[in-house]
Amino acid sequence: MSRLIRMDQTGHTTLAEWTTEDPASVEAAVAAFREQLDQGYYAVVSHGEGHAEHVRELPLDEPTVILRHPIAGG
Amino acid sequence: MDPRLVAEPTRLSAAGAPVVSCAGTLPELASVHWRPRVSSRTLTREGRLWTFCTVAVVVPFIAIAFGLAAVKPLLIPISVIALVHAWAIPELYAARGAGVVRPRKAAGGPAERRALGLLGDLVDHPARELHERTGLLLERGALGVWLIGEAGALLVRPRGRRVYCYCVRAVDATLPAGDRIAHLLLALREDEAGFATVANLAFSGAPWRVRRRLAAPARDAIAPGVAAARA
Repeated sequence: MSRLIRMDQTGHTTLAEWTTEDPASVEAAVAAFREQLDQGYYAVVSHGEGHAEHVRELPLDEPTVILRHPIAGG
Repeated sequence: MDPRLVAEPTRLSAAGAPVVSCAGTLPELASVHWRPRVSSRTLTREGRLWTFCTVAVVVPFIAIAFGLAAVKPLLIPISVIALVHAWAIPELYAARGAGVVRPRKAAGGPAERRALGLLGDLVDHPARELHERTGLLLERGALGVWLIGEAGALLVRPRGRRVYCYCVRAVDATLPAGDRIAHLLLALREDEAGFATVANLAFSGAPWRVRRRLAAPARDAIAPGVAAARA
């Protein structure tokens, strides 16, 4: 089961869970993913220390996709 | 198509098309497009510039102090004031650098625990343990070893002789502390040089100068950071 997670004021929220065998769950996850990107979130897949990937489409084969806010110099 | 976008044919999106990833480019770079991308070479140059500026501030005050005392002993009190300036100004710079990882007011509660849970999933046990003890998260990168706080990060360069203090934060100030660190960690992992480019450099100098200006728990993160940078 893969998860789409958004970091927010609650710590984090699981927006969608999907398996590739369940097209309905995939469709719901993709819709949620696009909605969050439209709201200005960035989607990231972490691959361990030193490696993460910014994605613009939902990678169905990843176990966890994390949505984050932009960062800025303080 | 933007040449920075790298399609990975082995990974498919819901539409059956290759997932488009922006490998190696932090999207936030667009907001600071005028800045030259940070590299090992630019960091070395910045470090030397900081050293030069420190010397340029300190040496005239010391010269004034000794000059006045030599010319007229009656002016020794003025010499002392000049020496105080020579000591205080670099200390203020170091304090500004250390301030980037000063912890904000802890929110606590279930949100903070959930955020820390997610952060813990992103790092290994030693990094978790160091964060629990000091509030800073250690992450190794190509430019050096990073110590990430809630609203800033310290970069300890290889060999551990110099620290760069960066002011950088997630734009949503309402996030729990754990999430603020996770935001910076993920951005750093996406594009380390881009992360350093987006961040504002607040100070660069010897680790001991930053360490003594840090609050007690964060101070303990400098030694592991320097040790990791030397490894």
